[in-house]
Amino acid sequence: MRQIRYLQAIQEALYQEMQRDPRVFILGEDIRVSMRGTTRGFVEAFGPERVLDMPISEAAFTGFATGAAMAGFRPIVEYQIPSLVYVAFDQLANQAAKMPYMLGGQVRLPITYLVMGAGAKNNAAGQHSDNPYPFLLHAGFKVVLPSTPYDMKGLLISAIRHDDPVFVLCPAALYALRGPVPEEPYTVPLGVGEVKRDGSDVTVIATGHLVQTALQVAEKLAEEGIQLLVWDPRTLLPLDREGLFRVVRRTGRVVILDDSNRTCGFAAEVAALLAEECFDALRAPVQRITRPDVPVPFSPPLEQAVLPGAAQLLQAVRRVLEWKREPSVVVP
Amino acid sequence: MGIPRELALEMYRRMRLIRRFEERVVELVNDNEIPGITHEYIGQEAVAVGVCAALRPDDAITSTHRGHGHVIAKGGDVRYMMAELMGRETGYNRGRGGSMHIADVQIGVYGANGIVGAGCPMACGAAYVFRRQGDRVVVAFFGDGAINQGVVHESLNLAAILDLPVVFVCENNLYAITTPIRSVTRNELWRRAEAYGIPARPVDGMDVEAVYGAAVEAVARARAGGGPSFLECRTYRYSGHYTAERNLPHVRYRTEEEIEQWRQRDPIRTWRQRMLERGWATEAELDGIDGEIERALEEAVAFARQSPWPDPATALEYMYAEPMEGIPARGWR
Repeated sequence: MRQIRYLQAIQEALYQEMQRDPRVFILGEDIRVSMRGTTRGFVEAFGPERVLDMPISEAAFTGFATGAAMAGFRPIVEYQIPSLVYVAFDQLANQAAKMPYMLGGQVRLPITYLVMGAGAKNNAAGQHSDNPYPFLLHAGFKVVLPSTPYDMKGLLISAIRHDDPVFVLCPAALYALRGPVPEEPYTVPLGVGEVKRDGSDVTVIATGHLVQTALQVAEKLAEEGIQLLVWDPRTLLPLDREGLFRVVRRTGRVVILDDSNRTCGFAAEVAALLAEECFDALRAPVQRITRPDVPVPFSPPLEQAVLPGAAQLLQAVRRVLEWKREPSVVVP
Repeated sequence: MGIPRELALEMYRRMRLIRRFEERVVELVNDNEIPGITHEYIGQEAVAVGVCAALRPDDAITSTHRGHGHVIAKGGDVRYMMAELMGRETGYNRGRGGSMHIADVQIGVYGANGIVGAGCPMACGAAYVFRRQGDRVVVAFFGDGAINQGVVHESLNLAAILDLPVVFVCENNLYAITTPIRSVTRNELWRRAEAYGIPARPVDGMDVEAVYGAAVEAVARARAGGGPSFLECRTYRYSGHYTAERNLPHVRYRTEEEIEQWRQRDPIRTWRQRMLERGWATEAELDGIDGEIERALEEAVAFARQSPWPDPATALEYMYAEPMEGIPARGWR
């Protein structure tokens, strides 16, 4: 199969879906010129009416998409950086996320929010390095976080065809990643995780670009005879609960590797879920590797210090492997 | 501006229905039959009715937290409204929305909104779809309090640059909750729209004929591809910001004299008077309409009272298009 880059997979999914369904249109800032390349050639192919360059008015164009969806179209909103989500947050959390429910099912909102540049890359500092998905999950949005070009194309197509608002986050660290991607359109279903590498010693639940980090660490540890199972939820909501429980039960030792803030983050949710549902299978306390609750700093050594990565994963794996459960003290 | 007699009667009927609906709501809130918070539209009836009379049934509106009047003016059914206010399964939103979120998407009511000004960008999005499909128009209603919301300004600009068929209707009732508009802005509200290149003007919001005339012009421009317009309808709410305000004796921000002055220009009474003077209707005819309205409202109250409560087991329904197996709204597969 041909190999293409992560960014090309995005472009191809958008292009093919706009070709397939005339109700699909895309809007965002600077998307006609397409600095990132996700919509390169789209004006020529689809005309300016379906490729809308928006003023720097995130709240307005986010609400615009909601109105267009209520009227029967299927908008794709492209945010150039993840922090813009906060600028539009009333229109997301109070409007789009609540509208179908508050209206008693009168409307469906088939909106895809494409968030470019998610996470930290190249010292972009505090306002250009976020992964805002804990906020989005809390608001009730479906959230997709693809870790390979193949998953990106298939999940993005699923999101566009889905009748609920879906956030698709594109980690900046993955743009250049190459991988096999079929030319024809295909879907990867929402809410189905995938074992990216099988193993019997420790289960690593990794999200987004950290899936690639986990795979690299797994290679290294395999030389020592330690077999990591790397599991990618791919969709954070709906979460593949059964898939998660299965991979946790395979090893009983779990490290969660997630690039968002620690407090009330995605890793916290997964850890709580495992405590509720898989307590009997756990052979060591669940380890969370996340960002601390600080903005991402600018200076390279500081940035490195707050981002989760391979070194912490190695440490956490060793910690869960060394854990020996003390026999319970039974008080008569 | 010539108004056909039939339309004049219909405008009377709708204004009167809004007034009586709201008065009935106040009673039901005070009797604890309507839970939650309601914001009455009493006094502003000419705006909703004058504007919606200029619309086609397939046009759409976005509304405000003070939205009962807009829904009735657009043709909403008071039975489903009353049931929604009482939190019943038969309500417009099946009891999931209540007063602040009443919507009837079938007749183009894209939702009342509890966040001030938040409907404006949605009106723009719907207008974009309408323009691509034909010549439907969208009206965005909002109050004077919304004029300082960033998203309203962003929406005005968006509508202007995209030539969207939107009519922005600012209902200036002089108070944002208790804050007088003159203390939060230096200029006249309609002038702000001019700054975005949008034709704008003030309108006497107590005169349904004046509102209708201005709306017909703005709607015609939008329908013909001429882009957005902005109407500042100057009006007044007789009652408080919300129903229970009368129970807050420390909340004082306007005088009885001021309220009485505006009551002297009551939109329903003056319209009734004008119709009689013009020989468009007789007292008996208008009394007959009043009687029909009373019956319709009592029927609505009875309908709501007899309607079942929503089943608590369905509290998670409607969150997502495809319910997720087992525990739908929690987002787990």
